[in-house]
Amino acid sequence: MSSKTYIKSYCHIKNNSILLNGELLYKGPEKESFVNFIKMAYKDLETDYSKFFKMDSLSKLAFLGADVLLKHENVVPEKEENIALVFSNNASSLDTDRKYQKSIEDNDNFYPSPAVFVYTLPNICMGEISIKHKLYSENSFFIFENFNPDYLHAYSAGLLKENKAEKVLCGWVNVDQEQYTAYLYLVTKEKTEIPHTIIEINNRF
Amino acid sequence: MEALKEELKNKIIEQLNLEDVSVNEIADNDPLFGEGLGLDSIDALELIVMLDKDYGIKLSDPKEGKKIFESINTMAAYISENSPK
Repeated sequence: MSSKTYIKSYCHIKNNSILLNGELLYKGPEKESFVNFIKMAYKDLETDYSKFFKMDSLSKLAFLGADVLLKHENVVPEKEENIALVFSNNASSLDTDRKYQKSIEDNDNFYPSPAVFVYTLPNICMGEISIKHKLYSENSFFIFENFNPDYLHAYSAGLLKENKAEKVLCGWVNVDQEQYTAYLYLVTKEKTEIPHTIIEINNRF
Repeated sequence: MEALKEELKNKIIEQLNLEDVSVNEIADNDPLFGEGLGLDSIDALELIVMLDKDYGIKLSDPKEGKKIFESINTMAAYISENSPK
């Protein structure tokens, strides 16, 4: 098989919309809060995974983006595919860190929530995806100042070249209060119309 | 006691984010963990925090939770006997 790599499909979640391969999949009401938007999208897309409601905002965003893509690619847990996860953002888990901080800053009302605490790391979102889709694969979460297609390209191409993974689900998932963006894409060795290049990755961001 | 059971069901649904469960779907004797509501270990910790925050009960031994959190019935009975509020 060629050492070239390709983008199989891609998904965006931003501006109250979910797009798959550039086509609108779900559009939420204008000016809806992120919390309500992502819940409405979850229901509209018939996601059916009750633990979704326990997740923090970053995990909900990453989980739904990954779910849309992996369902489209007919990835089912039974196949146990070797799909690596390589995510990035610039807010890390700050959105949840702030919520946790609030719960511990008042000594007279000191009730730290275990359910919030477990999400005070950005890579937890990859764990949620791995649990749902039974992925026992490589995963890495990088914090960059800005979207970094050069790094993501080199890292995911390297994983495929070294046969560390059969496919790589890659991209950017960022949440900070009402600002959110998810851009995930699936990289494979299987030839498609979209070569896995820095330009193609960047063009779709 | 019935009011307390109803209150507990509402609190559990709200605090553990059980969005797809309604109060009338939780029977007083249903196991809260495992095959019942399917709560997990993080939920158990949240329930311990809830006992402290809402009912003034501090569990000195988290292992006690296993019996206390068996069902709504066991929770309500424990709170009735031990809450200073």
